Amino acid sequence: MSAVAEPAPSATPAATRRRPGIAAIYGWELRKLRAQKRTYLGFGMAALVPILFVVALALRGGGPNDVPFGRYVRETGLAIPPVLLIFGSIWLFPLIVALVAGDIVANEDGNGTLKTILTRSVDRHQVFLAKALAALTYAVAALVLFAGVGLLLGGLRYGLNPLTSLSGTKIPVGRALGLMAAALGAYLLPVIAVASIALLLSTVTRNSAAAIVGTLMISLLLQLIGVISGLEAIKPYLLSTQFDAWQGLLREPADWAPIARATWVCALYALPALAAGLTVFVRRDVAGG
Amino acid sequence: MSEADGHPIEARGLVKRYGHVTAVDRVDLTVEAGCVYGYLGPNGAGKTTSLRMLLGLIRPDEGVARLFGRDPLEQGAAALDGVAGFVEAPRFYPYLSGRRNLELMAALDGGDAGDRIDGALETVDLTDRQGDKVKGYSHGMKQRLGIAAALLRAPRLLLLDEPTTGLDPAGMRDMRVLVRRLADEGMTVLLSSHLMGEVEELCDRVAIVRSGRVIYEGALDALLRSTGQRYRLRTTDDERALAVCRAQAGVTEALGAGEGITFAAEQERTVADLSVALVEAGAAITALVPAAASLEELFFRLTEGDGLVDAASGGNGVVPEKAIR
Repeated sequence: MSAVAEPAPSATPAATRRRPGIAAIYGWELRKLRAQKRTYLGFGMAALVPILFVVALALRGGGPNDVPFGRYVRETGLAIPPVLLIFGSIWLFPLIVALVAGDIVANEDGNGTLKTILTRSVDRHQVFLAKALAALTYAVAALVLFAGVGLLLGGLRYGLNPLTSLSGTKIPVGRALGLMAAALGAYLLPVIAVASIALLLSTVTRNSAAAIVGTLMISLLLQLIGVISGLEAIKPYLLSTQFDAWQGLLREPADWAPIARATWVCALYALPALAAGLTVFVRRDVAGG
Repeated sequence: MSEADGHPIEARGLVKRYGHVTAVDRVDLTVEAGCVYGYLGPNGAGKTTSLRMLLGLIRPDEGVARLFGRDPLEQGAAALDGVAGFVEAPRFYPYLSGRRNLELMAALDGGDAGDRIDGALETVDLTDRQGDKVKGYSHGMKQRLGIAAALLRAPRLLLLDEPTTGLDPAGMRDMRVLVRRLADEGMTVLLSSHLMGEVEELCDRVAIVRSGRVIYEGALDALLRSTGQRYRLRTTDDERALAVCRAQAGVTEALGAGEGITFAAEQERTVADLSVALVEAGAAITALVPAAASLEELFFRLTEGDGLVDAASGGNGVVPEKAIR
């Protein structure tokens, strides 16, 4: 600015401004995610675990026979993604999701950029919804990557043969792939709930590390409650239990009951968390930075 | 007053408390269109908190703030149409380039804000560095990028919170030139600062805040004129002259001030009489000039000690246009 250029942008009255919609804000949230290292850390974990799993299978005999589909992993690559989904539900996917959802608001607090975007022409609820959508998009991408890498490597190593269902019947490859896609959709239900909790913690704590660790702790706590004897009655309503609901789709005939329950149980976790996060975000003071 | 003809800034009874601390205490503020308004106070006086309330970033515990007649808390982003600026240091995404940051801001502004990016970068002389990531920018470059981001909104009102803090002397000068130029183009500017020279150079009106309260509000030149009754005196015998001053009817606050004497006198006739008395006492006058206090001097009088009492009394210190108890 040592030589001030000509001329300054106008000081004319701002005409009725055409405001950006949520789609525009969402687009920029995705661009921001694309430019951040933690996004790739999450994607890296989502890709690395299937690689390690298939390499471990290839290097030693046997398989994870004590989990559903575990005994079939050497028969068909289609069995790899279901086993990965079971392993991933314990801490991996909550962590991958929390890495971004727990950071997406708190990061703006830490950088002081929340005040920057909240003094533009967007309302707070738009920003929050765009962030929620971006976190969800990231979770979907990570899940697809997780299952896709497992399927690809499993298919290359063991071939794509018919999958043995949990009922013992053979499912043709084409149908099995369709059911896997549906299973990922069902798996996404608790993932969305975890992301919603992470988003709430990100908004309330204003601290990325606290939100990420907090989400992981909640996830692990719910799993712990699920294995405590005497608390079996509440197990169907725990978030951790819903990570198994997709297995109903890989029975013949399909068991829709766990899917239906997962839908409303996950909604019970996700919607209050999102509503609370939105309320806090809209009403909070932006005093930092 | 309708929204269309509302003042650029109108705040009434703004209060913000943090626990037992009242950061902003019943602040009233009216900034007229076209004015460069100085919001002056020491660190911790509540300037930034006030600006945050004006922009709707924080909620006042009491009172209301309107920009062009619109309340940011009720109307959200719509209330900020025609308004831009930054609070404390402008912040950007460090992992994006300067230009990408501006593109993001423009996307969040909507309309034709994107068309102004090149002009804004040129105005703040960042065209050559627009492709660099912001994490590599100096403090001054971030300040300039903050101005560029504000200009994307084609604002009628610009709120700047200590925009020259941390800049080197050349950067401070350039920032002031830019602010002056924007004001000359008709932009209303609220400039929060604790730098007296900056305010004195740029502002038409000032509000001085202390401990969250506005203790003076009015035209800057009126504030500076209000000290016209003070004089500086040098003689061939200052010791004798000081005694004469203290004995002279109508002369008050006569002080030996290192090199020379300062005193206050309400009437010009008193000064004439004093001149005669000094000559008769054998202290020949070598210099006798009105001593208008600098803004800095007035600021310290108002913000330290019991300056407010002096101000409100209309004594020999400041005679404020609107001193507020």
